[in-house]
Amino acid sequence: MRTFPIGGIHPADNKEWSKDKAIEQLELPNEVRIPVVQHIGAPANPIVAKGDKVLTGQLICEAVGFVSANIHSPISGIVTAVDSLPNGQGQRQNMIVIKREGDEWIEGVDLTPKLKRECNLSSSEIIAKIKSAGIVGLGGAQFPTHVKLSIPEGQRAEILIINGVECEPYLTSDYRNMIERGEMLLTGVEILMRAIGVERAVIGVENNKPDAIAHLNTIIARDNYRGIEVMPLKLRYPQGGEKQLIAAVTGREVPPPPALPISVGAVVCNVSSAIAVYEAVQKNKPLVERVVTITGKHLQSTHNYMVRFGTPTSTLLELAGGLPEGDVKILNGGPMMGRSIVDITAPIIKGCSGITVLSGAEAARGKEGACIKCAKCVAACPMGLEPYLISKLARLQKWDMAEEHNTIDCIECGCCSYTCPSNLPLLDYIRIGKQTVMTNIRARAAANNNKK
Amino acid sequence: MANRIFASPSPHIHGGESTRRIMCDVVLALLPALAVSTYILGLRVLLITAVAVASCVVFEYLINRFFLKRSSTIGDLSAVVTGVLLAFNLPVGIPWWIVVIGALVSIGIGKMTFGGLGCNPFNPALTGRIFLLIAYPVQMTDWTTGVPDALSGSTLLADVKYNTSLLSEVDFLQMFGGHMNGSMGEIGALALILGGLYLLWRKVITWHIPVTILGTMAIFAACVGATKGGALVWELPLFHILAGGALLGAIYMATDYSTSPMTHKGMIIYGVGIGLITMIIRLWGAYPEGMSFAIFIMNAATPLINKYCRPKRLGTK
Repeated sequence: MRTFPIGGIHPADNKEWSKDKAIEQLELPNEVRIPVVQHIGAPANPIVAKGDKVLTGQLICEAVGFVSANIHSPISGIVTAVDSLPNGQGQRQNMIVIKREGDEWIEGVDLTPKLKRECNLSSSEIIAKIKSAGIVGLGGAQFPTHVKLSIPEGQRAEILIINGVECEPYLTSDYRNMIERGEMLLTGVEILMRAIGVERAVIGVENNKPDAIAHLNTIIARDNYRGIEVMPLKLRYPQGGEKQLIAAVTGREVPPPPALPISVGAVVCNVSSAIAVYEAVQKNKPLVERVVTITGKHLQSTHNYMVRFGTPTSTLLELAGGLPEGDVKILNGGPMMGRSIVDITAPIIKGCSGITVLSGAEAARGKEGACIKCAKCVAACPMGLEPYLISKLARLQKWDMAEEHNTIDCIECGCCSYTCPSNLPLLDYIRIGKQTVMTNIRARAAANNNKK
Repeated sequence: MANRIFASPSPHIHGGESTRRIMCDVVLALLPALAVSTYILGLRVLLITAVAVASCVVFEYLINRFFLKRSSTIGDLSAVVTGVLLAFNLPVGIPWWIVVIGALVSIGIGKMTFGGLGCNPFNPALTGRIFLLIAYPVQMTDWTTGVPDALSGSTLLADVKYNTSLLSEVDFLQMFGGHMNGSMGEIGALALILGGLYLLWRKVITWHIPVTILGTMAIFAACVGATKGGALVWELPLFHILAGGALLGAIYMATDYSTSPMTHKGMIIYGVGIGLITMIIRLWGAYPEGMSFAIFIMNAATPLINKYCRPKRLGTK
């Protein structure tokens, strides 16, 4: 069975807490807060003002530039404020607040559950629809999907890879999507193949989800989805990393930055994003909701909810029976790459695939010791870096040396900190190093441009 | 009850490895060899080991407390490992006060002067042993004391090297089980190998260093054996792996984290270097045994090896 070539770890997957919970429709929130940044790239520009009446699915923020994404109203009602409000990390962000009045959709959206498979649109029409629907990578990266699908001139896509790995522990939203919305997923894959002009698509799924693999294979055979293959992958974190997944599926390694996956002919798209593509292209439905897992060992109940964006995180926590007693850590995402939430009134956004609650001893970090040079981080790094070294260089603010040792290759998967027997916060410092080195590189490029 | 909400950057879970657990595993892996040694050489083995461990721990505590003025690090158990390894590198009849001096050199000079655990360029236990070997050559090579049925006062390596006994007379089965003169910890080949397998299983060490050291020594010995006549072809390699400190050094001393390379490629170069230097000293050097010096020399080469042996970056050839 295939997997990626270097590094990796085996954290307990903890999926059993929520994997058998069918997707439930969460009651519509009475008020939503919609941040204008829910994607990588330029913040979208709000086009509504206080007092405006909006419908569900109505465009409320317009993408600015190519790398940006539209944002639509997830409910119908009245805009009560466009203001700077705290996000999950407590940082203030521009958000649109909408008070709900019913659930009246914009015209032209097909809300029937009937599968519509036939698609005769051209590649550019498909990409335009995806762009207009505001679809971003729903695996957590929030990279605008239309940018990925716009193949740069002179390059050619050979294979579409669908990320059904969900290697992050606890989370089960992609899994539930594969089990419950397999037909929509496969139709979405067909549309994506059409959009980038490839004959072959591979859905990579780790072998801890054999039922998802079997289910998708059954639909492919029954409904004759041509060119789509489900590839079981050996369980190993971070298999869902874009470069890791490409290497696992194709055996090809994407060259170091600034090279993109397309340089080895691959385009990668998440399972949930592919379903969103289906809905956008075939049903004219903009991206206003997604499946969110609410899970944790000590929660009274765990769920997979269909959640409208802007719903407060606290709503999900209440439905799971509230926070467990004592020390807790609330995560937007899973425990390896998720971000801690300090303000539980913060809204659910496009990249939020789950809310994980860690409690008790798991909530706190262990005591930091001295680096014993055990090289476990070097063996675990899936990018072939030396985490102990680049972390130390960032700590010492040796930015040039950090750059020489390829700090910017880091994908922030957390394998190094996870394996460190001395509990060193390796990734914390590497992140700082990466940001500083990136800033330096950009500044150098800008200076060179000025000279010309 | 009120909640305390924690926040930190990712990752939010930890694999559960700890320095203490790793050191515990190393001590556990050394226990079979300690048992064999005690069985063959008597209870004095335990006494010397206890003195070595206790002095190492006490010196580390005192240096932290009074010189470095920082919180104690003895809880990570690395001083215990140094103590056991130091004891294993000494003859059983050594006076206890020499052991204490060895511990002071190991911890004081070998480890704490450089900043403590993870910062030392040379293996601390080896630093102590080499110091003692040069400072107290008589006591450090007196293998008779305490051994009830010792026939001679020298090790097999020395006997074969200076032709006082013939390789063809060596009883390999006895060597394997532990009946030979030598430092306390190097006489039970089987027990040392078992401990090594335990460390491999617990992923404390990888195969790269021990296998390349022993492999290099075997190949080198086989080549030398071949030039001396066919009869020695398999006996010489086996003899050199079982005799002296080869196993103790290859499995437990050379694999010391902070003094060995970080990448597998580096570990292989390091292992080959140790194997070659050991054999050169053993066959043509002034000492009958060269393991300690070989490890010491390659410890010094480790930063250089780390500089040139970087891991393979994803997406490059």
